[in-house]
Amino acid sequence: MWASYTFLADLPFAAPIASKEAGDIDLLWWFLCAVSLVMTVLIFIGVIGFAFRYRAKPGVPPVQLHGHTALEVTWSVIPFLVMLVMFWWGTDLFFAAQSPPKDAMEIFVVGKQWMWKVQYPDGTREINALHVPVGQDVKLTLASEDVIHSFGIPVFRVRHDVVPGHYDSLWFRATKPGHYRIYCTEYCGDRHSQMVGWVDVLGENEYSRWASGGGSGGTLAEQGQQLFTQNGCSTCHLLNEQGRCPILKNLYNKPVELNDGRTVIADDAYLRESILQPNAKIVNGFEANVMPNFQGQLSEENVIQLIAYIKSLSPATTPSQVGVLPTKGPQVPAPGKKQSAATKATAVTPAPQQAAPQQ
Amino acid sequence: MATTYPTTPEAAAEEPVNYLNVEHGWKSWLFTTDHKRIAMLYVFSITAMFMIGGTFAMLMRLHLTRPEGIFAPETYNRFFTMHGVIMVFFFLVPSIPATLGNFFLPIMIGAKDLAFPRVNLLSWYLYIFGAIFAIYVVAAGGVDTGWTFYAPYSTTYSNSYVLSAAVGVFVAGFSSITTGLNFIVTVHKMRAPGMTWMRLPLFVWANYATGLIQILGTPVVAIALVLVAVERVMHVGIFDPNVGGDPILFQHIFWFYSHPAVYIMILPGMGVISEVIACFARKRPFGYEFIAASSMGIAILSFVVWGHHMFITGQSVYTGIVFSFLSFFVAVPSAIKVFNWTATMYRGSVTFESPMLYAFGFIGLFTIGGLTGLFLSTMATDVPLHGTYFVVAHFHFVMVGGMLVAFLSGIHFWWPKMTGRMYSEAWARFAALMIFAGFNLTFLPQFVLGYLGMPRRYAAYPPEFQVLNVLSTAGASILGISLVIPLIYLTYAWKYGPKAGNNPWGAKGLEWEIQSPPTTFNFDDTPTVTEEAYNYGEEVEEQRVA
Repeated sequence: MWASYTFLADLPFAAPIASKEAGDIDLLWWFLCAVSLVMTVLIFIGVIGFAFRYRAKPGVPPVQLHGHTALEVTWSVIPFLVMLVMFWWGTDLFFAAQSPPKDAMEIFVVGKQWMWKVQYPDGTREINALHVPVGQDVKLTLASEDVIHSFGIPVFRVRHDVVPGHYDSLWFRATKPGHYRIYCTEYCGDRHSQMVGWVDVLGENEYSRWASGGGSGGTLAEQGQQLFTQNGCSTCHLLNEQGRCPILKNLYNKPVELNDGRTVIADDAYLRESILQPNAKIVNGFEANVMPNFQGQLSEENVIQLIAYIKSLSPATTPSQVGVLPTKGPQVPAPGKKQSAATKATAVTPAPQQAAPQQ
Repeated sequence: MATTYPTTPEAAAEEPVNYLNVEHGWKSWLFTTDHKRIAMLYVFSITAMFMIGGTFAMLMRLHLTRPEGIFAPETYNRFFTMHGVIMVFFFLVPSIPATLGNFFLPIMIGAKDLAFPRVNLLSWYLYIFGAIFAIYVVAAGGVDTGWTFYAPYSTTYSNSYVLSAAVGVFVAGFSSITTGLNFIVTVHKMRAPGMTWMRLPLFVWANYATGLIQILGTPVVAIALVLVAVERVMHVGIFDPNVGGDPILFQHIFWFYSHPAVYIMILPGMGVISEVIACFARKRPFGYEFIAASSMGIAILSFVVWGHHMFITGQSVYTGIVFSFLSFFVAVPSAIKVFNWTATMYRGSVTFESPMLYAFGFIGLFTIGGLTGLFLSTMATDVPLHGTYFVVAHFHFVMVGGMLVAFLSGIHFWWPKMTGRMYSEAWARFAALMIFAGFNLTFLPQFVLGYLGMPRRYAAYPPEFQVLNVLSTAGASILGISLVIPLIYLTYAWKYGPKAGNNPWGAKGLEWEIQSPPTTFNFDDTPTVTEEAYNYGEEVEEQRVA
């Protein structure tokens, strides 16, 4: 079903493969290896061969040659054509990996010194652990609380920098159940090498058992609703009638007209910006400086919860609901579940350890 | 193989007046404006910095023999940062231009000195001033941002000596700019009569191209570092999104210099290899014009590929496509050079003295370094390899396997001219082979580690990577010891070696026609050049290859 180039993992010295994309990328990798090997061998033969064939011998003077334009052109153009193949192939694969399928299950990952905090739409939270079902497209939305991190899962051949200040994303479809490593691969400070974790790819049944627990504090949207009230948002953003601020119902992914004449789509990035820096874009017909800045007041996790709540106000446009599998089966503790329950207990995260710079 | 050097064993005989013995005392060195003395000052300085940087490398490899490490992670982070900062800014960038370039560029074009001798001395003082900051940082407790100083970590979060390190690099940058400026003016204005552009030795072409990058690129990294300092001290929002900045902006500014800087760190090495191969194959370099033009091509293209460091930062896919394409483009001139060096030996008369052994090593290692670069210009394969040991291995093949080996090749080639003495050829060949073996054992396993996913800049790693890491450390030990050997026999030769004579290799070029060591003004009378630098044969046969 996911038959592709995953057999490449069986080659000697090959790295394990656990997604379709990994097989595709590895086919290109081996092509590059083959080309490099051929070139290296040719050049080594040339260097060593010429050096010995034309080693200094008494009575054999060197023959002075000026050069050869046709030869120069040949050995410039042919390698370049081969490189164009690499360029085309690599770009094609990269491009495909950029756009997650519409119905991908969405999971949120917040990086901070030095941990990965994972939030599922059903409210489940984990630290340095990620559980995904086999054979399903999964989109990770990545955010950073502090410095630049990079989220990478080698067996899927995916990696993306997690840059503070905006959302990044990556997606994959795991093809092989197992327990695989997650690394932070952008240097982020003292404990960078401890910013690692595990992704568990579970079979369908196993996954639904794991997912059946749900979040202890309600779904992500419910958590967001709580924040919405606590932070006083609900006093101005009224649910069904026009308050001092725009109505948020049926807003998600819809066009919004701004007071400078532009129209933008109310996607995650727009909502995030409008929560943290409300004055950056003002909706047509509304005043600036009404809503306070929440930059530094809300964590990235809170923002994700709020956005989930806003999404939930726009029914039928929430692809992330795929994450909540319909079968809320009996509470059978699955092997992976215990561990996650333990992490859930500690999901109240320790305070960020950002020491102020000395000097 | 049996080369006889026209050396005189009675080394103690009276030395003719030369740039080394014309004056004595520390003032004669610290206030000299002789390009050769300044080059020697640089040789000592960069060797000292190399040893500091190398010590950090050895400490890193020691730490990585155990998956959980030996030192605290904070300490390890300082090791790799100090290693990177010192090696890049205080060894690789000045290495060949400031030493061999300073010494031989004027001689090769028949000039008495560089165009601005006092600016040349200023450049050394700037270097020393920057190096003092770097050494202060080492002594005070180090910096832990990585040599790339990525914001907002460097501006807001790091607790280490970021400012002092930035000042050191900033100042040393001006040393690089002044050297580049001096070279460009010298090549334009100081060529001897008859030394036309198409007669310039390829080493001069390479240093000229390097000079262009130095003066155009280095100010930009200086700007990046100033902005880091401004944000760090005054909390102005430039890079940190919490105060309204953009972290990606830093990467654009930083790599706009630091990618071209990669070519500052390889072009002069390519120039050395062109000279050495021509000499020991007794041949005019095959496709001279193409080698010269490819140096210029690399210098220009190097400015438009910086975005390939940022494929996975979230920069626009279309931007990524353009940078990927241009990165393949820049590979062409490098390939042209490798093919031409190889073709130069065709129908030559090849001998295997130590400079040539290093040159062979250079071609092999640079080829691998260049080809593995293609894996990183290809966007899809860059994704899994980015930030792993594959990248570390790739750039060490270019920087160490390329530039350091070329530097050693050049030092062995010109040491008899610089000091007037010949070193032990047996030791030199032994060291060359050991360096080649140690280097490969150090860095080949790192390609595998990176492909398997081991991230770089990790103070601890999963136990399944231990075998490859121990192999790498074993290689590094061999490499480290092998690099000390030339230091010993070259120093020894300077004092006790047999006299080398003016032209021990039977090489062509103006530098081999003058006394060893040269006099202060190189030439008694300005030479008139009537032929190109590589007149190794009686006549050039108008014969076609293939």
